[in-house]
Amino acid sequence: MSTSTPAILEMVEIEKHFGAVIALAGVSIAVYPGECHCLLGDNGAGKSTFIKTMSGVHKPTKGKMLISGKEVTFQSPRDAMEAGIATVYQDLAMIPLMSVTRNFWMGREPRKGIWPFKSLDFDKANAVTMTEMSKMGINLREPNQAVGTLSGGERQTVAIARAVYFGAKVLILDEPTSALGVRQTSNVLATIDKVRKSGIGVVFITHNVRHALAVGDRFTVLNRGRTLGTALKGEIRADELQDLMAGGRELADLSASLGGTI
Amino acid sequence: MSTPQASPPPSASATDERIAKVSFFKSILQRPEVGAIAGLIAIVLFFAIYADASMFSLAGFMNFMQPAAQLGILAVAAALLMVGGEFDLSIGSMIAFAGIALGIPLVLWGWPLGVSILFAFAVSIAFGAINGFIVLRSGLPSFIVTLAFLFILRGLTLVSLKLATGTTQLRGIPEAAGDSWLVEIFSGNAFEGLFAWLASMGLIETFKNGAPKVQGVPVEIIWFVILAIAASWLLNKTRFGNWIFAAGGDPNAARNVGVPVARVKIMLFIFTAMAATLVAIITVLQFGTADASRGLLKEFHAIIAAVIGGCLLTGGYGSAIGAMIGAVIFGMVQIGITYTNINQDWFQVFMGAILLIAVLLNNWVRRQAMSSR
Repeated sequence: MSTSTPAILEMVEIEKHFGAVIALAGVSIAVYPGECHCLLGDNGAGKSTFIKTMSGVHKPTKGKMLISGKEVTFQSPRDAMEAGIATVYQDLAMIPLMSVTRNFWMGREPRKGIWPFKSLDFDKANAVTMTEMSKMGINLREPNQAVGTLSGGERQTVAIARAVYFGAKVLILDEPTSALGVRQTSNVLATIDKVRKSGIGVVFITHNVRHALAVGDRFTVLNRGRTLGTALKGEIRADELQDLMAGGRELADLSASLGGTI
Repeated sequence: MSTPQASPPPSASATDERIAKVSFFKSILQRPEVGAIAGLIAIVLFFAIYADASMFSLAGFMNFMQPAAQLGILAVAAALLMVGGEFDLSIGSMIAFAGIALGIPLVLWGWPLGVSILFAFAVSIAFGAINGFIVLRSGLPSFIVTLAFLFILRGLTLVSLKLATGTTQLRGIPEAAGDSWLVEIFSGNAFEGLFAWLASMGLIETFKNGAPKVQGVPVEIIWFVILAIAASWLLNKTRFGNWIFAAGGDPNAARNVGVPVARVKIMLFIFTAMAATLVAIITVLQFGTADASRGLLKEFHAIIAAVIGGCLLTGGYGSAIGAMIGAVIFGMVQIGITYTNINQDWFQVFMGAILLIAVLLNNWVRRQAMSSR
């Protein structure tokens, strides 16, 4: 596996134990700029634990994390955010009754004026929100539109656009397509493609092989807290990925198809 | 590495033919205050038909605005707290408790008025913070925690007054307060000079001796209007306001993006307690007494006004101006009924009915606003 560009984020032999339960037993992946790294696995495979380790929610029991080649340890999700790792969770962190602009800037509101009369800079906030959303291919009716009036796919896009605008280098998407219809799914996949092309490393968690193959550059399958290595696009077929997720039929067989990276 | 087979991206043209212009009607319906404004119009029409014409004279206006203002100060604070996702049922008891926290130092300990007022605010800030702290630390609904304080504060007021005076009332406030300039700020009328001038010009009604029938604007109305405008600005135009909406809308989501939810909520609890103290100071100076039964049921009246004003009981949605209008509706119905032939006992029936209609209307309006496209 050789790439000219170095990895932005490397997870090396990550182990995570919860008491006697070994949730992760040595998982390694590398995320490269401008690539979409798909993390596949069935329920309980350890996907959630793994991304929570990446985003600073859990501290790994063993193993190390490297960002642009330098080892880091995160004490909190805030540390990870500051290091450029943004996570869009399934439950989205969007507030339906608030406007798109208010959601987009939540926690990082731009302000103008002099204390004690500092107010929100709505002109800037609205303008940036509209531009960032149209970059993602969504034309908002108006920035004051409540997020609750958007479709599920559009909400995902707001969350993604927000992460990108605030300087994410690695964008982790936790099953962004699992609750969406066909049309909305393809919109989200198109958004992932746009984000990747802007040079951000995307980690796309899914258990849908077709969605993964549509946008993925690399594929890592998690199974019972272990990984069977990473395959590049074109090296692996849909049915092989499916088998790996289901538990693996014959390891020897699969080892060959993965290009001996186990 | 080949290009991925992603679906073609949707065209990102500047205008999108699929997006229809939002109708003026719908954009109006999206405002939380819409129900309250409709209610206000209905109430004004009702009293215009059934009440004596003097209700809408200047004197009549001040008559219903005075109780509306006292309630409104509470309602505006309660509205912010409700948008922030919490209730405070202890504000009515806090009015009585802050009243004695002002009266006892002033009358019995001989403190100056200014220091006594600061003491009353300090006590209420402490209890507001305790309310907030218990709610956030325990994760219990604020409804229950503040319900406990409704009884605790009312009981403490009674116990302290009985210990200090042997009765349930503390007299002698005006004598102790003297003629401090603070008395002017918290009681009596404002703009008396202006009203005297208007009377001399024959622009407003006067008594036979030439004195104006309305001597000025009762100060609580000024406090009420300033507070409502400030709260509305805070809620809609500032970062803190965005945090209030976020904390009430989805505290977990807000915390994930770095909003200090606990700090926001504790500050809102302190703010409601301070609003109750402001009402306490105004009423203590107005009546010249601190009374253990002051502020009874005011917590519910404030919540009613906030709900009529468009606040959602579940938090994350509402308006300070709406709560202001809600309080005016409350005052108009309460006082306006005395200008009609209707028996005053019907007041509570009216208020209950208005509350019910307001909640149903707001519920419907919100569904309309949330219906996409």
